[in-house]
Amino acid sequence: MAEADVTHNAIEGIYRADSRRVLATLIRLLDDFDLAEEALHDAFAAAVERWPLDGVPANPRAWLVSAGRFKAIDRMRRRARFDASLASIADRLAGTVAPPPDVDDGEVEDDRLRLIFTRCHPALAPDAQIALTLREVCGLTTEEIARAFLAPAPTLAQRIVRAKAKIRDARIPYQVPERTELPARLDTVLHVIYLVFNEGYSASSGTSLTRHDLSAEAIRLGRLLVELLPEPEATGLLALMLLHDARRAARASSAGDLLLLEEQDRSLWDRAQIAEGLRLVEQALRSRRFGPYTLQAAIAAVHAESPGAADTDWQQIVGLYDLLLRIDPSPVVELNRAAAVAMRDGPEAGLGLIDAILARGELTGYYLAHSARADLCRRLGRLDDARAAYERALSLTSQEPGRRFLRRRIDACRSD
Amino acid sequence: MKYLCLIYENEAAWASHSKEEGDAVMGEYYAFTDDIKKSGHLLGGEALQPTQSATTVRVRNGKVSTTDGPFAETKEQLGGYYLIEAKDLNDAIQVAARIPGAKHGSVEVRPIMTFDPQ
Repeated sequence: MAEADVTHNAIEGIYRADSRRVLATLIRLLDDFDLAEEALHDAFAAAVERWPLDGVPANPRAWLVSAGRFKAIDRMRRRARFDASLASIADRLAGTVAPPPDVDDGEVEDDRLRLIFTRCHPALAPDAQIALTLREVCGLTTEEIARAFLAPAPTLAQRIVRAKAKIRDARIPYQVPERTELPARLDTVLHVIYLVFNEGYSASSGTSLTRHDLSAEAIRLGRLLVELLPEPEATGLLALMLLHDARRAARASSAGDLLLLEEQDRSLWDRAQIAEGLRLVEQALRSRRFGPYTLQAAIAAVHAESPGAADTDWQQIVGLYDLLLRIDPSPVVELNRAAAVAMRDGPEAGLGLIDAILARGELTGYYLAHSARADLCRRLGRLDDARAAYERALSLTSQEPGRRFLRRRIDACRSD
Repeated sequence: MKYLCLIYENEAAWASHSKEEGDAVMGEYYAFTDDIKKSGHLLGGEALQPTQSATTVRVRNGKVSTTDGPFAETKEQLGGYYLIEAKDLNDAIQVAARIPGAKHGSVEVRPIMTFDPQ
């Protein structure tokens, strides 16, 4: 391979591995996201030009940050010819950050956390948090994000522009939260990652059951967060995602139909990923500062360790749900607990619990509640009730694999 | 950077306060105002008369229309405001969270727009 090709490959590799780090640092130094993004591209363009001649620098990341900063100052100076108010900004940038800042690794890692915490700031709308995080932390394009969320690209682009304007106008600082704020702020970050994962894992509409790219991005984000900020709940969330994702290959039949846990071919589960998930759950549980993500991961771990549905330790699962309800009560958790109780004590017991939840008027619009209820009726031989409940569930979901599953069940109730 | 903290509270709940309860809340407001004066955040602030005293003015097609009451019927009404100086939004949120009204109602934090002198 020619020398120049080697250099180009090196640049590409550095772009993939380090461009988000360089961007995060440039945002801090330049205090302007758009300028930082332009500077990042300028810096890589300069690398393409210089490195084949001068060789790859010893510390490419520091070189890129420094090149990006100078290019940004250049841009400001050029623009200042048309808009005098920019001259002082260019001077300030040149003054405050010269001589070139040390790009020590600790500081750079802090910049990545700053980027995550600013983009997942609770003052931004939740969908904007997700879009900004995927774009700036993960490096996805607006079009890729729009495709993944089945949203029109212009809508998404506008959402991003609006959120960036709010960061600037309301002055959301480029900071990692202080200790006292950290737990609440970390929750928002974890929630964003969790939503991205869920969107990939159980696409809320559309034909594909898993949009694996989003799940993979969420896991990547989860790993990054654990690496930067090893808090127990971050570890718990990563474990939860790994354990669920390990079942991906077994979740759908070859025809693309949804398969329940009890129907899945467990030999298709990714054992290495499960082992990693289990290790992380144990680590989070040992901290004794865990929360709802770790508990959900612990429940997923019990399933992952069971050789079959019948051998599952339902007693332990019900116990974990009890704990989860205590720290994070929600009707969905109650519903899942009811399903576990049905496995432990029989369908009658579970049905009583689900009917009580529905009678409170909660979850009446949630298709999985009706689907779970239908399943218990079916097991009790109450086929008319089962069919009615499956039909109710069918009327409440637009997710195609889920709809096919429900139709199969409705047909089965008729023919039995 | 300047932020306006708009305090929205349920007026009906205010009206049903006993004198002691009302005094206690006012005491909290005096203490809070004193606090943010000392910390340098306070630029100004006022409490508003209840919305029954409000008048909404609109001009449509050059004609002034005047109607009784606030702009919109909501559960919580604008009851007062603080104008503060804060380092950034996080600083402003910390101040806003200490406004006594935040415990019952809500506080909207709005950055003040600055216009470049032309």
